[in-house]
Amino acid sequence: MIASLARLPARVLLATALLGLALATAPLVVDGYILSVILIALYFAYVGQAWNIVMGYAGQLSLGHALYVGLGAYMAAALYIHAGIPPILGVFPAVAGAALAAAIIGALAFRFRIGGVYFALLTIAFAEFTRILFMHIDWLGATEGLFLPVENRTTNDLLNLRGSPTMFYYVLLSLVVASVALAYYLRESRLGFFLRAVREDEDAAEASGINIFRVKMIAVVLSGAMTSVGGVILAFYYNNLFPSDVFGMHRSIEIILAPIVGGLGTLFGPLIGAFALGILGEGLTAVLEASGTSTAGIKQLVYAAMLIVIIKFLPGGLWPSIARLIRLDRGGER
Amino acid sequence: MLSVRDLTLFYGDAQALDGVGFDIGEGEIVAIVGANGAGKTSLIRAVAGMERPAGGTIRFRGADIAGWPPHRICNTGIGQVAEGRQIFPSLSVMENLQMGAMLPRARKRFRQSLDEVIALFPRLEERRDQAAGTLSGGEQQMLAIGRCLMGRPELILFDEPSLGLAPTIVADVFRIIRRLHEGGMSIVLVEQNVSASLRLSSRAYVLENGRVVAEGASAELANDPRIRQAYLGL
Repeated sequence: MIASLARLPARVLLATALLGLALATAPLVVDGYILSVILIALYFAYVGQAWNIVMGYAGQLSLGHALYVGLGAYMAAALYIHAGIPPILGVFPAVAGAALAAAIIGALAFRFRIGGVYFALLTIAFAEFTRILFMHIDWLGATEGLFLPVENRTTNDLLNLRGSPTMFYYVLLSLVVASVALAYYLRESRLGFFLRAVREDEDAAEASGINIFRVKMIAVVLSGAMTSVGGVILAFYYNNLFPSDVFGMHRSIEIILAPIVGGLGTLFGPLIGAFALGILGEGLTAVLEASGTSTAGIKQLVYAAMLIVIIKFLPGGLWPSIARLIRLDRGGER
Repeated sequence: MLSVRDLTLFYGDAQALDGVGFDIGEGEIVAIVGANGAGKTSLIRAVAGMERPAGGTIRFRGADIAGWPPHRICNTGIGQVAEGRQIFPSLSVMENLQMGAMLPRARKRFRQSLDEVIALFPRLEERRDQAAGTLSGGEQQMLAIGRCLMGRPELILFDEPSLGLAPTIVADVFRIIRRLHEGGMSIVLVEQNVSASLRLSSRAYVLENGRVVAEGASAELANDPRIRQAYLGL
């Protein structure tokens, strides 16, 4: 990994360093509102990166990733509220639970060779099923919602994820950096090579002797586990959880927007997409508010329009064009 | 080397194979011929582990491999050149070849395999960095065969290698298969091109509606009036 980093041109390293510096110091410079916008963009960059592993790398369309967000969120929140277990520990059972759910979905789908649209339907079914289930579990607040205690505190408590947006910003930023590093490592690994084969042609991959069941299972479980960590952060940032919201179909769709806009199966696509959507959505809202013509749902409309434009004119997403622009493509960025 | 007995395969309720049996000895080249829908591809897929048979045995060097997953079967030395030139179109020629050598049995001998494949197909060396999808139909078939050889198989299952290729290319492909056979490779050749595959093989089986309806020395089958009428249009 270090060796291949050294191969990058100096100006790319410089740009990365400047971007890193900007991201690292952002909370000191920007105001609360902009920080909250960046926070959300970082969240979508992170869960988008996780979703990208299933769709972008393994070629399996999951439309139910809200399931993993919700499982992670509820598990960590419930353990904190009912047993006083801090999220720094609660994240482990949360990840394990989401990984188990992903393993069940994957095993069901891939053992019986369910792919494409049928796999997507299966993921939706599991998310919906879990949403209805959670609406009936009183211990988790059922439809009334689960609330985390909110205290006015002046200090940041990282272990309990209680603190200022700035703290959440750095937590999410670390997660994003870690997820990009993980995705990079995955792509360069033998597993990443197998994933490309599976995405290109499953039959041919199987005929070449690749254990496609195992490869797809690893992708699905890894993605589910990563996504659940995003859910833990979400729970402690918003402090309230409702099954109809957390597990809702709209949540699953939100997750897939950034990687599609940024570039499916690319390393930086989810990050670029999340920021593009965040800036565009918030910018438009601000403009409309200033002109006094703001309407509810306008952001969703903009996202939909952007999605259509991207799919029509840049089916590979924004990142491949940007990579060409800064000459980073080397023919290898896919 | 390979001995198949009473192989039965269903797709849902539809029966694709009904008690098929065939044998292939070390270094032998055996053709399995038949019309569209006779069950030829189903037979290949069942032997390769891509379909799970409902009954019967598939013995390869003594082990019953029926029901094994495909990657395990590949690793015992049964390679497959699937119908329709299944290559990875956006991967380069070299990456396609690397993918073929990912089997545990083949990883360590990558360099040797690559030299052998390039000796057989010099064109692949010229196009090593090109995306496989940009190759011509004939080159793609060469790549598919090359990728299979990278896995160091001892028996190769060819499924319709002539499908969709120009006649001169088909002749090239059959020449390659003959060369592999002369090099000691055991080969099962599944073809609709009955006359060419009977000329190439030593023995053949005729498949009809999932059953073996005739078998014997290829030269004799080629002179059998029923076969001539049904498959050779004579």
